[in-house]
Amino acid sequence: MKLPPRSRCSLPPEGAQASLGRPGARPEAKEVIARRVAQEFQDGYVVNLGIGLPTLVPRYLPAGMHITLQSENGFLGLAPLEGEPLPGVVNAGGQPCGLMPGAAMFDSAMSFALIRGGHVDVTVLGGLQVDEEGNLANWMVPGKMVPGMGGAMDLVTGARKVIVAMEHCTKEGEPRILDRCTLPLTAKGRVAMVITELAVFRITHGEFVLIEHAPGATVNDVRAKTKARFAVSDELKTMNLG
Amino acid sequence: MALDKQVDWSDVGPLFRDGISVMFGGFMGVGTPDGLVSLLREQGTKNLTLIGNDTAAPETGVGPLISDGHVKKVVVSHIGTNPVTGKKMIAGELDVDLVPQGTLAERIRCGGAGLGGVLTPTGVGTVVEEGKAKMVVDGKTFLVELPLRADVAILKAKRADRAGNLVYERAARNFNPIMALAADLVIAEVDEIVDVGEIDPDLVMTPAALVDKIVLARRQ
Repeated sequence: MKLPPRSRCSLPPEGAQASLGRPGARPEAKEVIARRVAQEFQDGYVVNLGIGLPTLVPRYLPAGMHITLQSENGFLGLAPLEGEPLPGVVNAGGQPCGLMPGAAMFDSAMSFALIRGGHVDVTVLGGLQVDEEGNLANWMVPGKMVPGMGGAMDLVTGARKVIVAMEHCTKEGEPRILDRCTLPLTAKGRVAMVITELAVFRITHGEFVLIEHAPGATVNDVRAKTKARFAVSDELKTMNLG
Repeated sequence: MALDKQVDWSDVGPLFRDGISVMFGGFMGVGTPDGLVSLLREQGTKNLTLIGNDTAAPETGVGPLISDGHVKKVVVSHIGTNPVTGKKMIAGELDVDLVPQGTLAERIRCGGAGLGGVLTPTGVGTVVEEGKAKMVVDGKTFLVELPLRADVAILKAKRADRAGNLVYERAARNFNPIMALAADLVIAEVDEIVDVGEIDPDLVMTPAALVDKIVLARRQ
């Protein structure tokens, strides 16, 4: 279930826009989340992936599915690095990468016109907190970590569909899905889906709905680790991770 | 005959004064004119306000200017990759104005395009909206974001002709073209200078009319 190598994007090193990555995530949780996110993509989608976990998603796309990755520093057609780094060809973490055949380069105003203007079909971002109103906090922890929002606020505001891909709880076991975010917001009411290793939620018309849970988990397991009120879909399913 | 805008490095130094605002091209240092950044350091310029995407790392891009204390304020979207920026901010030695990246790009474009501002949905309902006017258009709320200009813009391009038409390389373009519009003095550091007429007009990314001076990058 892997794409040809040039369709995969490279994993940026730790530390690049560290706020959005989850370097501490357990590998198996990361893989489960990435596999499930990949099922949300469609052939021909233009996709922007946040740093960290989201960059794993293209590995799990079905054979034959082609997506175009947008890189906020100014191009469409991000690909993994093959061979020697080329001048000026870097991803949004500033690391050497490759370009797909048919890639297009542009300036930052065009890049963010694409992002804000609804020309990016889906963005997948890590999260620190999400709440039941679809608010996302992922850019700062006052007093601890103030890296700046970079392009995250524009992406969450402007992409057609915002998917938050994150571990269900913090390293300390605290829920990240809350009734109300306590950290400063990245954007208000823009999250459409939350995908964790334990559950998948859909947010439509202000309603937070559990649509899937992990194999072997129960709705009560999800409730125990979630501090938001949520409805349970009539068509509740087990996450298909095949 | 078009003006020849190539100058020597020794001609550029006197153009930098203490207290000026400087827009710099680049994203994590890629597309930042390293020679012009070095010159700002060598000149001992003080109290600079830097406007650009990010503060890169302590040893790359504009990082060294911050490490060495040449800067009083930065207007950027991201400082997370340069711990020195964060330390100086916390110590009260550096004023940091964080702006969402797309908003930063449009504010610079407005500054250079004769516009009084831009309406953006980015930041509505977040700390970014504090102190800003809002407008509702067709039922949707926007922030009014104001133009940004600078005294000097320092750009990095791959190629220039002697008149100052610029061509950038790959993702090193980023903020450079919009900054060429938005500063009183525009200086481009380039890897190659060719005669006027050698760049196909269709391929010019920044027209010569926006560029005041060009310097040839020193070999690394």
